[in-house]
Amino acid sequence: MGALVNQLPIGLSIAAVLLLIALGLTFTFGQMGVINMAHGEFIMAGAYTAYLLQGLTSQSFLIALPVAFAVAGLMGLLLEWSLIRRFYGRPLDTLLLTWGVSLVLQQLARDVFGAPNVQVTAPGWLVGGVDLLGVRLPYNRMFIVVLAVVCVVGVWLYLTRLPAGRRMRAVVQDRELAAYSGIATGRVDRFTFLLGSGLAGVAGVALTLVGPVGPGLGTFYIVDAFLVVVAGGLGQLRGAVLAAVALGFLNSYLEFWTDASLAKVLVFVAIIAFLQVRPQGMFVLKGRALV
Amino acid sequence: MTALLEVRGLRVVFDGFAAIDGLDFTVEEGELRFLIGPNGAGKTTLIDVVTGLTKPVAGSVRFGGQELVGKREHRIVRLGVGRTFQTATVFEELTVVENLDLADSFRLPLRSLLRRRRGVSDAVASALEAADLTALADKPAGVLSHGQRQWLEIGMLLVQRPKLLLLDEPVAGMSRAERERTGELLHRIASTHTVVVVEHDMEFLRKYARKVTVLHQGHVLREGSVAEVQEDPRVREVYLGRAKGKAVT
Amino acid sequence: MTLGRISLVVCVVLLALAPLTLSPFRLGLLAKYLCFAIVAVGIALAWGQGGMLTLGQGVFFGLGGYAMAMYLKLKEAGSAGLPDFMVWSGVEELPALWKPFGNPVFALAAVVLIPGVVAFLLGLLVFRQRVRGAYFAILSQALAAAFVILLIGQQGLTGGTNGMTNFSQFFGLDLTDPNGQRAVYAITALVLGATFLVAKLLVRSRFGRLLVAVRDGEDRVRFLGYDPAVVKTITFTISAVMAGLAGALFVPVVGIISPALLGIVPSLELLVGVAVGGRFVLAGAIAGAIAVNYAKTLFSEDFAEGWLYLQGGLFVLVLVFAPKGLAGVVESARDRLASRRQTGPAPVEVTA
Ligand SMILES: Nc1ncnc2c1ncn2[C@@H]1O[C@H](COP(=O)(O)OP(=O)(O)O)[C@@H](O)[C@H]1O
Ligand SMILES: [Mg+2]
Repeated sequence: MGALVNQLPIGLSIAAVLLLIALGLTFTFGQMGVINMAHGEFIMAGAYTAYLLQGLTSQSFLIALPVAFAVAGLMGLLLEWSLIRRFYGRPLDTLLLTWGVSLVLQQLARDVFGAPNVQVTAPGWLVGGVDLLGVRLPYNRMFIVVLAVVCVVGVWLYLTRLPAGRRMRAVVQDRELAAYSGIATGRVDRFTFLLGSGLAGVAGVALTLVGPVGPGLGTFYIVDAFLVVVAGGLGQLRGAVLAAVALGFLNSYLEFWTDASLAKVLVFVAIIAFLQVRPQGMFVLKGRALV
Repeated sequence: MTALLEVRGLRVVFDGFAAIDGLDFTVEEGELRFLIGPNGAGKTTLIDVVTGLTKPVAGSVRFGGQELVGKREHRIVRLGVGRTFQTATVFEELTVVENLDLADSFRLPLRSLLRRRRGVSDAVASALEAADLTALADKPAGVLSHGQRQWLEIGMLLVQRPKLLLLDEPVAGMSRAERERTGELLHRIASTHTVVVVEHDMEFLRKYARKVTVLHQGHVLREGSVAEVQEDPRVREVYLGRAKGKAVT
Repeated sequence: MTLGRISLVVCVVLLALAPLTLSPFRLGLLAKYLCFAIVAVGIALAWGQGGMLTLGQGVFFGLGGYAMAMYLKLKEAGSAGLPDFMVWSGVEELPALWKPFGNPVFALAAVVLIPGVVAFLLGLLVFRQRVRGAYFAILSQALAAAFVILLIGQQGLTGGTNGMTNFSQFFGLDLTDPNGQRAVYAITALVLGATFLVAKLLVRSRFGRLLVAVRDGEDRVRFLGYDPAVVKTITFTISAVMAGLAGALFVPVVGIISPALLGIVPSLELLVGVAVGGRFVLAGAIAGAIAVNYAKTLFSEDFAEGWLYLQGGLFVLVLVFAPKGLAGVVESARDRLASRRQTGPAPVEVTA
């Protein structure tokens, strides 16, 4: 029982990281049919941003969050503008294309920062933790959870309250109709990419709190984040949230009960089983096209 | 006469909107039935339900006494229900003959599918002729014109020898000459098959239709001969009156 | 057509001459490329013909490879002994999972059946639910990730990160002897030939046409009375079996099987050759796999980091400028030539 409860903050923080990563993926996937394998490298870029900024000022960790958002977001924008937009309607090719980009970015990181992992020192106020009803809550993991909640609420407000967000939802639901209603879909696409990649950068900063930073950081999380997208349903905020939480807990508890090597296989089996019940994920956008 | 297709109490809902509501519809063996109605009346949806593409929330679809609701698409085809699509879909990378041969081979056991096609079967040859595509037999279907695609699709349906054919707007977007040809083809098919055609081109209707069913907002508004239907004031109001002079798709 | 025939004959002759002209080391490298070419044939079937982008071929390659490696290890250890890595990691008794692999017939069957059954089950479950396209790609990739983690974690069963290595015998052939190596090369080349032939026959059969139809319009195919899930599952299974065979041959050819060869990145690398050579043409996929792996060797010898840039860049360039790969480039050049011959001095081609 104690172990069960103590695993809670770990599961929650894994879920939070997955969610931050999956948000961008699910929108670019749902809106443009783009599977961005280089998304993982935006995480890495965010983490290295935190690494470069550390020690510059006393609050560099907090400063790193918006800066990483901007860095990763601009990288995403550049990728969309230079390559991906030539590939709309060819989702499988974009997957391969962005994988090629991801290889290059990883090697670039290796050349610039060196192959060995580097460490980002967490700010003092995130060291330690608090005991709550017998559960040890480490500050760093709680910070990640809070960060994810803030980001999700931000995205939700953006989607529901701002005209730009409503335009984005319109494009997700019916691109053609949106275009006919005078929405500049190209611009919406680019903005979605900026936003999604930026969130990956933020996730990268968060990850520096729980582990070292290396050129392969992104690849470690990207597969699970894609599984969140598959299980949650395309372009669905609530689906992504639920799936991230489910997968985060499944991962952390299975690892705890069995061992890490079996856990991944069991998670995979669980996803396949889930798809037998809900082949299109938790929430489905309905369309009638015969494709 | 026996009923080949019996639709009873059908209800189909999309996101809270009932596209078909309380629909009853019967087609007798050997009939040529026209299905008309304004855009959004539910004609395509009805075909979708019969062929298993869309699941209804209530009602039954019986074909030769067998329930079709809940069966998967290819099973329904194997029972003898064939359809075309509003926008003709053929396999563009395959040649015309290959398209027809594929349609023809669906009853072959897997073992024989693994063999190469040798020559052209009689069924395929006569479908090629019926669809007037003999000259284009070895061209990829991607090069066909819009009208030729529709014919190819009808040809693919014919080689499958279905008991019931459901054609969704087969002459939409065709030139006058193409329409004539399609009409003749339809006439010939109807002499040996049971056919349901969705079509609201009035001229076409007058020329070929015997019995017409008018759908409106997901239920049957009127059923009868062309003349009866045309004279019905309700039909005029919901459909003919408004649609006159409008492009109907 | 004739061009294809001629190049086929040239290739067969070249492959037959290779053992006479290449040093044992180079011949071994060539045999390794041929293993990847066998996988490429399967990928070209599943992806090029069937539209199933499988990012997990490393799994099937690995299943075949580990089945073979287990047999070879047991053979070497003799009737009483344990494989070397088990001794090092303190395993005292042969695990039950290993026992049947001492039998050569079982092991050979396992090379084909284990990848086949795994692919069949996965395919059936996934394709029946109409999970496809990018979803399928992601799932196959997740499988590759999970498989590698499992292999690494089960140290005592699989040799962990190091995998299995040091094979000296292969069904009576001495792998340390140049003649033995030549024989293994010959077997690999023959298996590649057989794989190519099977794939070719399949593509030309009605089933092959049906597969293309499923790729281009899965939902339309249903209304012709076929179940696309069956077509896709069969094809995916065949491609997995091919990968399994390649993995099994890889073990005597290269002398190692380990998780580093099977994960997400190696699985994707298997696709690079196919994409570069041309996914829609079997021969193109084979040529691409050999060429890309040859290039990798060349670069790794002098300029290892450069390879990753080159591979990534090459991939991007091919996808942007020649989505049909080199085979597509050759084909369109041939078409242009043919039309020029027909019409005399050609009008200037206007293409977008
Ligand atoms: N997949 C779907 N999702 C939402 N609404 C749909 C879907 N399919 C059909 N509809 C709606 O159902 C109604 C009937 O459509 P349809 O059967 O295509 O009409 P018709 O073929 O008679 O023109 C229309 O209002 C259409 O918008
Ligand atoms: Mg319609």
